Amino acid sequence: MTKPLEVEGLGYQLPGTGKRETGNGRFLVRDVSFTVGAGETLVLLGRSGSGKTTTLKLINRLLEPTSGEVRVAGERAADLAVTRLRRRIGYVIQEVGLFPHFTVERNVGLVPQLEGWPPARIAARVRELLAMVGLDADTFVSRYPHELSGGQRQRVGVARALAADPLLLLLDEPFGALDPITRVELQLEFAALEGRLGKGMVFVTHDVREGLLLGSHIGLMLQGRLVFLGTPDEFRHSDHPECRAFMAAA
Amino acid sequence: MQGFHGSGMSVWGFYARNAQEVLGLVGQHLYLVAISTGAAIVIGVPLGILLTRRPAWRGPVLGVANVFQTVPSLALFGFLIPLPFIGGIGATTAIVALVLYALLPIVRNTYEGVAGVDPAVREAGRGMGMTDWQLLTQVELPLGFGVILAGVRVATVVSVGTATIAAAIGAGGLGVYIFRGVAVVDDTLILAGALPAALMALAADGLLGVAERRFAWRGK
Repeated sequence: MTKPLEVEGLGYQLPGTGKRETGNGRFLVRDVSFTVGAGETLVLLGRSGSGKTTTLKLINRLLEPTSGEVRVAGERAADLAVTRLRRRIGYVIQEVGLFPHFTVERNVGLVPQLEGWPPARIAARVRELLAMVGLDADTFVSRYPHELSGGQRQRVGVARALAADPLLLLLDEPFGALDPITRVELQLEFAALEGRLGKGMVFVTHDVREGLLLGSHIGLMLQGRLVFLGTPDEFRHSDHPECRAFMAAA
Repeated sequence: MQGFHGSGMSVWGFYARNAQEVLGLVGQHLYLVAISTGAAIVIGVPLGILLTRRPAWRGPVLGVANVFQTVPSLALFGFLIPLPFIGGIGATTAIVALVLYALLPIVRNTYEGVAGVDPAVREAGRGMGMTDWQLLTQVELPLGFGVILAGVRVATVVSVGTATIAAAIGAGGLGVYIFRGVAVVDDTLILAGALPAALMALAADGLLGVAERRFAWRGK
């Protein structure tokens, strides 16, 4: 069976080669390779600016890779129309980015709507998803994002990403902006959800404890490179200095 | 309302005696404002959207629109008269000038309304596979609508005022009374033109203000 995600030699170089140009030809991501199987969660750990978020955006082509290859469910991402590729990939960001003028129902049903599902099927799917992320559908379908708490918003964000049943989910510090208590609640629920969903996930965070809790694999990024890739146990016992720096912070 | 010097007539009396002419001028005035603001929306909104897609054009386009705003309206009407096709004496010239004035607030507010959409919302939309057109029509324009309307409101109110000067180049409108009143030093005549123009501006401001608040999503 093809894996939800295969990444090979992925690189992203800023434009420009000279000294004074803004991009300066610097590599934000260099030679990154990994695969994510169904039911696996790869946590990308790293300091700010280490290239985690850039890697995520290279996968759904919010940024176009300058080298390497991404395959989603066996298909080369570069060969797919960009909107088609993105509709196959769930995407959750820290700021959630719910549409403020859409109800929860329309927010969650966005990708199915773009894909032209019949309204009845969208409505049923929305209710199913809200239940999955622990929100009472009757209470929430007709609410607007500004009527939700931060935790509820992020639950809706996760539901929205799952709407069209993508094989792959990309999450960029989804719980980073929440208060510590809500954050732990959502982490624990998400850990339980991961097992049930059986999707491939790439989860970006700089929080080691979150990474060790949620990841089946840990990838550690440093200055645009993947310097460690292994299980959480291997990560704990690695003698790579950057792994140890992160473990010391846990 | 007695005691304006000049005709010695109250403005209400004047209206009663000249109802048909007054209504005609009000109609001309509304026509000037509606056509010019409408044209400015048709040109300005797409132009503002284009600027959000081509940021490099923003400086030059807003700069040119700004220049038109700084030219005194009487002078702009004068400059346009000798031009072929759009120039000459009459309503066409006035409408061209009014469009040029209305353009800046509409272009600028369209740009700001669309560009001001929360980047996270835009990123989420793109990340979920919306096309640029879907993002524009389903997200950016609805969210920026209040700001765009604010630009239309400013443009309309300014147009109502500027259109009074259009009478100077034979375009008609309520300015006819004002210029006539100034010429013969008759306060009643000036007031007869200024009063409906002021009411028109207030009405436009009020109505569009209500619509604008209705569509203000930001801050919620």
